[in-house]
Amino acid sequence: MPVDDAAKGKTFPAHEYEVGREKIREFANAVGEDNPVYFDREAAKAAGFRDVPAPPMFAVVYCAGAIGPALLDPEVGINFMAMVHGGQEFVWGEPVCSGDTISTTAEVKDISEKGGMGFYVFESVSTNQAGEQVARGTWTNIVRGG
Amino acid sequence: MNEGDSIPELKVTPDKYLPHRYAGASGDFNPIHLDPEFAKQVGLPGNILHGLYSMAQVARANTAAAGGDPRSLRRLKVQFRGMGVPEQEITVSGTVKEATGARVVVDTGAEQAGKRIIRNGEAELEPR
Repeated sequence: MPVDDAAKGKTFPAHEYEVGREKIREFANAVGEDNPVYFDREAAKAAGFRDVPAPPMFAVVYCAGAIGPALLDPEVGINFMAMVHGGQEFVWGEPVCSGDTISTTAEVKDISEKGGMGFYVFESVSTNQAGEQVARGTWTNIVRGG
Repeated sequence: MNEGDSIPELKVTPDKYLPHRYAGASGDFNPIHLDPEFAKQVGLPGNILHGLYSMAQVARANTAAAGGDPRSLRRLKVQFRGMGVPEQEITVSGTVKEATGARVVVDTGAEQAGKRIIRNGEAELEPR
């Protein structure tokens, strides 16, 4: 079944996320991080951060509000019952700290077909309140049967 | 960290309710991760781990190998294959593929019960 790639290149409005210490703590606990910089402001400051930093994979939290709508977009047309998360890449820039406001945009980078499966690739770009890039994400979702 | 070096292995056993905590922390409440009955209805063996939780374990192991500072993990790329499940030990491993100046590239992945759940992982580190 050929996949419909009409949504290739579509971009989505920026989503803003305000980073808070308790959310960082909750996320760090859930993934098993134990570095004190994620839990203690003084330890974070001693290590040269403005406030407690987010673990790198916290990117999934501040990107969710931008990537979610892109995945669900009817023009992209992903069949969720047949979708698996095939791959993920993050490139990190400036550290994200409590108190930051992170703005993330999403784009449909590619829609293609290989071996009867549809490949939907999204890119997210996240910047902080100073306009510095904090993360770029590449999200690859595979849909069986296109 | 020199070419050919192994990074210290990270071993972690996510408990039965870990997917619930990760769902709350990440905002991903897909029932395939939380509800064993739902998961079985869609052909899975039971509720499965979030792939991004497993990726976070790969991130942790590689950050630790670079000295533990979150700023030392510059890039991480993975493929999700197979399915991770709660209540079984995950092992993250890696081998330094390239070490030039301050930049180290590690081939990395994770396995559980002898099968790869994260493969073709590549981490770029700047130890500090």
